[in-house]
Amino acid sequence: MLTRMDSFQATIDADGRIEPRDAMPEGYRKTLIRQIAQHAHSEIIGMQPEGNWISRAPSLRRKAILMAKVQDEAGHGLYLYAAAETLGVDRAELLDLLHAGRQKYSSIFNYPTLTWADIGAIGWLVDGAAIVNQVPLCRCSYGPYARAMVRVCKEESFHQRQGFEILHTLCNGTPGQKAMAQDALDRWWWPSLMMFGPPDAASTHSEQSMAWGIKRHSNDELRQRFVDMTVPQADILGLRVPDDGLVYDDATGHYTFTEPDYAELYEVVKGNGPCNEKRLAHRVKAHEDGAWVREAAAAYAAKRQEAVA
Amino acid sequence: MSDLFDYTVRLGDDALIAAQRTAEWIAAAPQLEEDVALGNIGLDQLGQARSLLQYAGSLDGRTEDDLAYFREEREFRNLQLCELPNGDFAHAMARLLYFATYQHLLYEELRTCADETLAGVAGKAVKEVAYHVDHATQWVLRLGDGTEESHRRMQAALEALWPYTGEMFESDELIGRLAVAVDPAPLRAEWERRVLAVIDESTCSRPEASYQHTGGRSGRHTEHLGYLLAELQHVARSHPGATW
Amino acid sequence: MSIEPLWEVFVRSRRGLSHTHVGSLHAPDATMALRNARDVYTRRQEGVSIWVVRATDITASSPDEKDEFFDPAGDKVYRHPTFYEVPEGVEHL
Repeated sequence: MLTRMDSFQATIDADGRIEPRDAMPEGYRKTLIRQIAQHAHSEIIGMQPEGNWISRAPSLRRKAILMAKVQDEAGHGLYLYAAAETLGVDRAELLDLLHAGRQKYSSIFNYPTLTWADIGAIGWLVDGAAIVNQVPLCRCSYGPYARAMVRVCKEESFHQRQGFEILHTLCNGTPGQKAMAQDALDRWWWPSLMMFGPPDAASTHSEQSMAWGIKRHSNDELRQRFVDMTVPQADILGLRVPDDGLVYDDATGHYTFTEPDYAELYEVVKGNGPCNEKRLAHRVKAHEDGAWVREAAAAYAAKRQEAVA
Repeated sequence: MSDLFDYTVRLGDDALIAAQRTAEWIAAAPQLEEDVALGNIGLDQLGQARSLLQYAGSLDGRTEDDLAYFREEREFRNLQLCELPNGDFAHAMARLLYFATYQHLLYEELRTCADETLAGVAGKAVKEVAYHVDHATQWVLRLGDGTEESHRRMQAALEALWPYTGEMFESDELIGRLAVAVDPAPLRAEWERRVLAVIDESTCSRPEASYQHTGGRSGRHTEHLGYLLAELQHVARSHPGATW
Repeated sequence: MSIEPLWEVFVRSRRGLSHTHVGSLHAPDATMALRNARDVYTRRQEGVSIWVVRATDITASSPDEKDEFFDPAGDKVYRHPTFYEVPEGVEHL
C-alpha cells in the first residue's frame, strides 16, 4: 500500500500540486511557511519606502497611481499571509515573528527612497526583479502559494510599467530631472541585483527547494535573466548602468556583469542596512497603535454573538 | 475668476485635502484589510478632487496640477475639517462619518444641477461616498460599543471634531449668486439626523453644541494646512515648468 | 492567535457564473468580512456579488478518505456521453 508520503512524492514527481490538507514532509511545510511569510512581510514592509512619497508625488495623476500601487502591496501581503495560513500558522503569529526580528523580509526595502526618481527606480528595477522571481512561483508545487502568486503577478503587471514611465518622463525632462533619474539608477542597481539572493554556490536552501518544486530556477539564473532584460531598457532611457564591467557577449547572447558586493547584502540582512530599524519600528508602531481597534472590533462581535445565543 | 470656478474649487479642495490625509493612513492602519479599505477611500477622494479641479481649471486655462501645486495656502477653499491632522483611528472614522455624510447629501443634490459636468461628477461620486459613510458607520459602531478604551476614544474624537462641522453648512453670497450651487444650509437637519442616529447606536453620547470654527471657504485655515501643502507641493515647486 | 477569525471569500465575477473561491481574509464579524472582501478582492471590478464564509464553518473531505470518496466514480464510464457509439450520420444526438 502507498503511504501518504509516497503520494506526496508521486505528486511532486508528476509536477502536480500539493494542497493544504495533503500529507507533506515537515521540512516542506516549514520551508514554505518561511518563504511565504518572508514574501508576505516583504510586501507589507515594501509599502513604506514608496508610501514615503505618496504625500509628495509631483502630480495628482502620479499620486493616484502610487496610492493604488502601495494599496496593491497591502493586498498582496494579505493574499500571501492567507496562503501561509493554509499550512496551519496564523497571520498574527507571523506578524509577531516579523516584529520580533525573527523572520526576514526582502533586504531591498532597507534602502531609503531619497528622491521622486526612486519611485520610478523601484517600479522599474525592484518590481522588475520581483517579477522575474515571482513568475516561476506561479508554478510552485504548493497550490495556495501558486494561486496567490498568479493573482499577485496579474496585479503587478502595471507596477513595473508605471516605474519605467516615471523614469522615461524624467529622462526626457529637465537636466535636473535626468540627473535625478541617473542618481536613482546608480543607487538602486546593486541592491536590485542582490534581490536574487546569494550566488548559487553560497545559497543554503536552494537545492532542496528545487527538488520540492518550490523553487524553479537558481538565483544566478534569475539574476542573469534580470540583467539581460534590464540593460536594453536602460539604453532606451538613456541612462548608464553603473557597472564598468558590463559587456554584451555575442557568443552566449547574455551580458556579463560585475557581481554585487554580497558582503553588503549579508550586513543588510543582519540588520545593518540604512533603514532596517526605521522600517521595523514603523511596522511595530502601526501594529501596536491598532491593537485597541482590533480589540474593540472583537469585543463588539462577541457582544453581538452573545445577544444571538 | 468666475463664481463657478470658485464653487468648483471649494468642492475639489475638500476632496483633495481629505485624500491627502486619508493617504497618510496607508501602511499605518490597524490591520492590513483596513490599509486596503482606506486606500480605496483615498483613491475615491483623490479621483473626485481631480475631476473637480480639472473642471475648475478648464474654466480659466489651468490644469489640475496648476491648481493643486501652485496655489498658496490662502487660495485654498477647503473646509478646516479636512485639513486637521489625523489623530488616532477613532478621529479618522469620526471625520469620515461627518465629512462623507455631508458629501453624500451635497452630491445627491448636485447630481441634478443644471451644470452637466458638475452633475456628472456628483453622480459618480455619490456612490463612492455612500460607501465611505457605510465604512465610517461600521467603525463608529464598533469603536463606540467595543471596549472601554475604544468607547472613550470614539467619544473624544466625535467631540473634538464637532466644532468643525458647522462650516459645512454655511451659506454665503457666492452660493446665493450661483444657480447651480447647492445651498448647504438646508442639508444640516438631515445630516444631523443621520449622524446622530449612528452616534446614538454606537452608545456614545451626542457632542454638545459648541463654538464652531469657520474660515476655510474664504481661505483662512488652521496652521496645519500650510505644512500639508508644503509637503504636497514641494517637489513640483522645486522644478518649475517640469512635467512628471 | 489572531483575534479576528479567518473568512473564505467567494466572488461571482459576472452574472450567469457561479461564485468562485478567490481567497481569504481576517475580519471581526460577517459585516466587516463582506466589506473587507469588497475592498480586497474586487478592486479591479472582479465581481458583482460576494459570499463570505467563516473558515471554521466549512466541512471538508479529508485527503485520507480520498480513495473511498473519489476512486469509485472512476469506472462509471457510462455516465459520460463519449461512452456511447453513435452511428455515422446521426445528428442532434
